[in-house]
Amino acid sequence: MLSLNNIEVVYDGVILVLRGVSLAAEEGRITTLLGANGAGKTTTLKAISGLLQAERGEVTKGRVELDGERLDRLLPHEIVRRGVCQVFEGRRVFENLTAEENLQAGAHTRRDRGGIREDLERVYETFPALRERRRQPAGYLSGGEQQMLVIGRALMAAPKVMLLDEPSLGLAPLLVEEIFRILQRLRDERGLTMLLVEQNAALALDIADYGYVMESGRIVLDGPASALRQNSDIKEFYLGLNEAGARKSYRDLKHYKRRKRWLS
Amino acid sequence: MPDVSWRFVSILLANGVLVGSMYALVALGFVLIYKATDAINFAQGEFVMFGGFLAAATADMAGLPWWAGVLAAICGMIALAFCLERVVLRPLLGRPIIAVIMATIGLASVLRGTAVLAFGTGVQSISLPVGSSPFHLGPLVLPPIEIVGAGVSLVFLAAFAWFFLKSRLGVAMRAVADSQQVAMAMGINVRRYFALAWALGGVVSALGGVLWGAMLAVDNQLALVGLKVFPVIILGGLDSILGAVVGGLVVGVAENLSAGFLDPLVGGGTKDFVPFVLMIAVLMVRPEGMFGRRRIERV
Repeated sequence: MLSLNNIEVVYDGVILVLRGVSLAAEEGRITTLLGANGAGKTTTLKAISGLLQAERGEVTKGRVELDGERLDRLLPHEIVRRGVCQVFEGRRVFENLTAEENLQAGAHTRRDRGGIREDLERVYETFPALRERRRQPAGYLSGGEQQMLVIGRALMAAPKVMLLDEPSLGLAPLLVEEIFRILQRLRDERGLTMLLVEQNAALALDIADYGYVMESGRIVLDGPASALRQNSDIKEFYLGLNEAGARKSYRDLKHYKRRKRWLS
Repeated sequence: MPDVSWRFVSILLANGVLVGSMYALVALGFVLIYKATDAINFAQGEFVMFGGFLAAATADMAGLPWWAGVLAAICGMIALAFCLERVVLRPLLGRPIIAVIMATIGLASVLRGTAVLAFGTGVQSISLPVGSSPFHLGPLVLPPIEIVGAGVSLVFLAAFAWFFLKSRLGVAMRAVADSQQVAMAMGINVRRYFALAWALGGVVSALGGVLWGAMLAVDNQLALVGLKVFPVIILGGLDSILGAVVGGLVVGVAENLSAGFLDPLVGGGTKDFVPFVLMIAVLMVRPEGMFGRRRIERV
């Protein structure tokens, strides 16, 4: 289990971005982290993967733990070795490497050649499109293929926990559905633990087991995904539905007034 | 031109190819560092000079055999490159590229000065176990040191190409060059790869210093070999090993042809600037060089 306990993140020594974030990603479950732009979702992921350090960010309070072992204060490559791998938003492939080299780079922390070869085969089975294009520079792959490649690359690290940052961003709806189906399969067939950051709340809550809602650097709401889907605030702000289940009009001023309630 | 015989031309070409592959070796050091760390190393020539000095000093002055000199040059340059990466370049990580450029230019002066302090201003020589009587190959007459130099260069170029393209470390190094942040997220220790790139640059410079030093002589002028690296890498592309090879060959051949044909007409000197004329021409037509990577843009 991956757990964050009262995490506080400060950028540049002064800018407080996360204040007391606590959450848990249960083993073999998909946990989703929802929230608007700038709520601190990506920062939360980077606090876990240690990549804050490269951006002059710092976990100043609290602790990040994986199965009881403390992860904050470790260097990014040490965290990957412990089994936590982050997939960035925006399909960040190594453009000048071929698709297969991208996957090999994903297995960088591993030494078991046999296991790596098996996993490569498994990634190609999961994403058949990648097999066809494995010799091509990843920069020339289509958007969907690139998203599959970055997920496959993370799988090559044989992670216990995969941190996914907006895998639906900028993809056609059909592709998004396919990718989410694959995420579900990864959970069901391999028992992979996932922490999924999404703006597309409807989709995320569909496949997730548990959800958290973030706003302005703190968790404002959490619960089982099924409960969140029924929550009237979630319905209104993230699923775009009003109490009656109809589409909400953005002209409604009440929207802004009610939004403030969570921050008190 | 009646005095132009094909034999003369073929000698010029062969010479150009041999010298060119030695340029390619020195250029490789530059490409390695640029590819992995995005730093343009203006001290490449001084690295070569320093390697030459180390080899000459160990072998000649300390009275050890030639291979001890080569070994000392390689070890010394690895150590030097490690230190420089740590002390000078690492603090500049993430700073504007111009800061790194200025730092390496400063480094070049420091190395030139240090070489004089440590090894004196005299001219030293490196004697490799290579005969001095010219080697006859059909109609060609070639100095044996050039053949050895070209052979060693090509072996190392091939080895580095394999390393970069096929080995686990090479793939990781290219991943770092592609995106440091993503490489970090994949568990690649980016700093270690920076150090590795500089160390490899040091190895290549040591070899270049030994070969060029054995061919010319070891003194401050040896650093000028580094100047020739710029036309080579601009021609070939800053980040391409194949480009370094082809660029080296083109520069070597162009130099020799101009020495053979243009120099007698104008009284000499064209050999030294023709590569730069070529460089400017390439910059106008194809700024990324013959094999340089273009930014991939998807439409």
